[in-house]
Amino acid sequence: MLEIKNLHVSVHGKAILDGLSLKVNPGEVAAIMGPNGSGKSTLSYVIAGKPGYEVTAGEVLLDGENLLELQADERARKGIFLAFQYPIEIPGVATMTFLKASLNAQRRGRGEADLTTPEFMRRVREASQRLKVDQEMLRRPLNVGFSGGEKKRIEILQMTLLEPRYGVLDETDSGLDIDALRIVSEGVNALRNANRGFLVITHYQRLLDHIKPDVVHVMAKGRIVASGGPELALELEKNGYRDYPAQAA
Amino acid sequence: MAAVQETVDRVRSIDVDAYKYGFVSAIESDMAPKGLNEDIVRFISAKKEEPEWLLAWRLEAYRRWLTIDEPKWARVDYPPIDFQDLYYFAAPKTAAGPKSLDEVDPELLRTYEKLGIPLVEQEILAGVERPRVAVDAVFDSVSVATTFKAELGKAGVIFCSFSEAVHNHPDLVRRYLGTVVPATDNFYATLNSAVFSDGSFVYVPPGVRCPMELSTYFRINEKNTGQFERTLIIADKGSYVSYLEGCTAPKRDENQLHAAVVELVTLDDAEIKYSTVQNWYPGDAEGRGGIYNFVTKRGDCRGARSKISWTQVETGSAITWKYPSCILRGEASRGEFYSIAISNGRQQVDSGTKMIHLGRNTTSRIISKGVSAGKSQNTYRGQVSAHRLATGARNFTNCDSLLIGSECGAHTVPYIEAKNASAVIEHEATTSKVSEDQLFYCQQRGLSPEEATALIVNGFVRDVLQQLPMEFAVEAQKLIAISLEGSVG
Ligand SMILES: Nc1ncnc2c1ncn2[C@@H]1O[C@H](COP(=O)(O)OP(=O)(O)OP(=O)(O)O)[C@@H](O)[C@H]1O
Ligand SMILES: [Mg+2]
Repeated sequence: MLEIKNLHVSVHGKAILDGLSLKVNPGEVAAIMGPNGSGKSTLSYVIAGKPGYEVTAGEVLLDGENLLELQADERARKGIFLAFQYPIEIPGVATMTFLKASLNAQRRGRGEADLTTPEFMRRVREASQRLKVDQEMLRRPLNVGFSGGEKKRIEILQMTLLEPRYGVLDETDSGLDIDALRIVSEGVNALRNANRGFLVITHYQRLLDHIKPDVVHVMAKGRIVASGGPELALELEKNGYRDYPAQAA
Repeated sequence: MAAVQETVDRVRSIDVDAYKYGFVSAIESDMAPKGLNEDIVRFISAKKEEPEWLLAWRLEAYRRWLTIDEPKWARVDYPPIDFQDLYYFAAPKTAAGPKSLDEVDPELLRTYEKLGIPLVEQEILAGVERPRVAVDAVFDSVSVATTFKAELGKAGVIFCSFSEAVHNHPDLVRRYLGTVVPATDNFYATLNSAVFSDGSFVYVPPGVRCPMELSTYFRINEKNTGQFERTLIIADKGSYVSYLEGCTAPKRDENQLHAAVVELVTLDDAEIKYSTVQNWYPGDAEGRGGIYNFVTKRGDCRGARSKISWTQVETGSAITWKYPSCILRGEASRGEFYSIAISNGRQQVDSGTKMIHLGRNTTSRIISKGVSAGKSQNTYRGQVSAHRLATGARNFTNCDSLLIGSECGAHTVPYIEAKNASAVIEHEATTSKVSEDQLFYCQQRGLSPEEATALIVNGFVRDVLQQLPMEFAVEAQKLIAISLEGSVG
C-alpha cells in the first residue's frame, strides 16, 4: 500500500502541501483533481524523492516503509514510477540506450542479472507496438525535439518496461490528441493488476473515461478536501471547483 | 541543489585517488645518470647506436634548447621544473632487443595485461575475440614488442619502434624527421628532439589501406623519468591508416614529465586518422603527483586532397598542454579535430588545436567537448587561420563545455585570423551544467547519481565518441565513467 500521512512540505520557506493524507491500495486507481497550483505536481515529486522540497511533517510509506529516507533512485528501484508532467531532455543519449540503462539499473538494484539484448529488444518492441511508438524515435536522443504527445507516450513506454508497484501519472493526458489519449490509456490499463496501484493526476474527465478510477480525490491548497467515487469527477466537470473554496490552513 | 551537490561531493571524495592503473612494476632498468648536458645526449644516442647525422641533429636541438624559455601563455600553473633533477633515459634491461614475446620480461607482460593491452599475439591469432589491433608498446623509453609484424609486412606497411626505423629505414626517417615539427619549434619539442628515447614509426606505401588499426600504448614506469616519445607517421599517396595511442602511468607522489612529439605527413589523397585515449595519472585529490603532459602533435597535409583527423579523449594528467594541429598545405586538403577533455580533482587542461589553412579550398572541422568537475580548470584554446593564398578555405568550429558542480572552470579561447577574403570561418560555443532536473529524471528511473552523471556526460560527448574506432569507443566510455566517479569499471 502507498500511504501518505499528514504531509507538510515547503519550498524556499513557502508551505505548499499542508497536511495531506491519502492511501492507494494495491490494484487501485486513485485520481487526483484540483485547481492549478494546488500542489499536485509537488506531491508527485515528494513521493518520487526530488531534492529541494522540505518535508516539515508527515510520512510517505510504501508497504509500511518510510520512503522519505530513501534517495530517488532507491525509491525507483522499490517500484515508484513518476510519469512527468514535463519530461526532461537528455541530449546525446538515445532513448533506447536510456531505456536499457534504467531497466538494468533497476534489475541490478534488485539483485537480478542484466537482460540479454534479444530479450530487451523483444520487450521494447512489444511495448512500443502497443503504444504505437515508432522504432525510429527510440534511436533519437531522449525527449529532445519530441512533441508534447510523443514525450507522454515515451513516459508510459518507460513505465511499461519498468513494471513499477505504483505509477504516479502527472497530467499524462495533457498534450495528447484523441487517438493518442486512447492508446496511452489502453497502455496504462494493460498494466493494471491486483498488485499495482496508480495515482492519476488530471484536470479532465476525458482521461478518466478511459482509465476508470476507483477513487477520486479533490485537492485544494495543499490538502485533500473531498474524496468519493468516479461520480465526483463528473460533478467537478460540471461545477468546477467553486464548491471547494480555499479552506483555511 | 542537493543532488548535484551530492554528486559533486562524491566525485570529490573518490575521484582521482581511485586511479585504476597505479601500480609499479619491479623491472630492472638501465638508466643514464640524472641531469641533462651534451654527454647525456651523446649517451642516449650511443645507447641506441645511432648514425652520426642523428646525433648531430640531437646536439643542435640541445644547444638551441639552452637558449629558449618555457612557454608561459597557457592557463596552467605549476612549480618550476628542475630539468637537472630528471633522468633522461631508462630502458628495461634486456640483452638485445627481444625477437619474440617469449623474450620479453614476464613482469612487463603482466604490466600490460593489467592494462588490458592485447599484446599476446597467439591469443589473437587463435581467434579469441579481441579487436584486430597491432600494438607497439612503449615501456618507459624503449619499444618492447611489436605484434602483427608479418601481416603488416605483407601489405608493405612499416610499423616499428623509432629506433628500429632509424636502423632499418634511415632514408625515410631522415627525409621526414623534423619536417612537421622542426627541432626548433618550441621549448618542449626542442627538448624532445635532443633527448627523445623511442616511439613509433609508421610508413604506409602508395595506394595501401592499412589492413588493421595500429596502436601504441605508452606507459611511464621509472621514477623521475621524463618520457620523450617521438612518433612519425607517413601516409604515402592514396594510402590510409588509423592509429591509436593509449597512455597510462603508475601512481607516484612526485610529478613526472611527458614531452612527446608526434609528426604526421599525408601525401596526395592519403588519410591518417590518429586517435588518442590518454589517462595518465592525474595526481591525488590534493594535486600531488601526476603527469605533466606537454606534447607537440602536428600533422602536415602535404598532398592535395589529403586528410588528417585527430580524435582525442583526455581524462588524465595533472597538467595537459596539448594542441594537435593540422597544416593544410595541399589543395583541398582537410583537417579534423575531435576532442573530449575531462578534468576532475585539481587537474588543469589547456588543450585545443590549430588549423592552418595554406592551400586553396582547404577545409577543417573542430568539435571540442570539455567536461569539468571538482576543482579543475579546463581551457579550450584554438587557432584557425586562413593565409593569403587559401582561397575558398572553410572552417567550422563547435566548442561545448559542460560543468559539474560550481568549483570548476571552463574557458574558451579562440584565435581566428583570415588573410583571404573568401575564407569562411564559423565558430559556435556553448557552456552548460548538468542540471538538477536531468539528474532527478535519471534517478527516478533507477540510475544512481554516478550512473546518471556518466550517462549525461556520455550523451554530451557522443558526437566525438562516434569518431573513435568502435573497440576504443567502448573503452573510452568506461574511462569517462571512471574518471568522473572513481568507480572501478
Ligand atoms: N520550486 C518552487 N519554488 C517556488 N514555488 C514553487 C516551487 N515549486 C512549486 N511551487 C509553487 O507551489 C505551488 C504548487 O505547485 P504545483 O506545481 O505542485 O501545482 P499543480 O497542482 O501541479 O499545478 P498544475 O495543475 O498547474 O500543474 C504553486 O504555487 C507553485 O508556484
Ligand atoms: Mg502540475
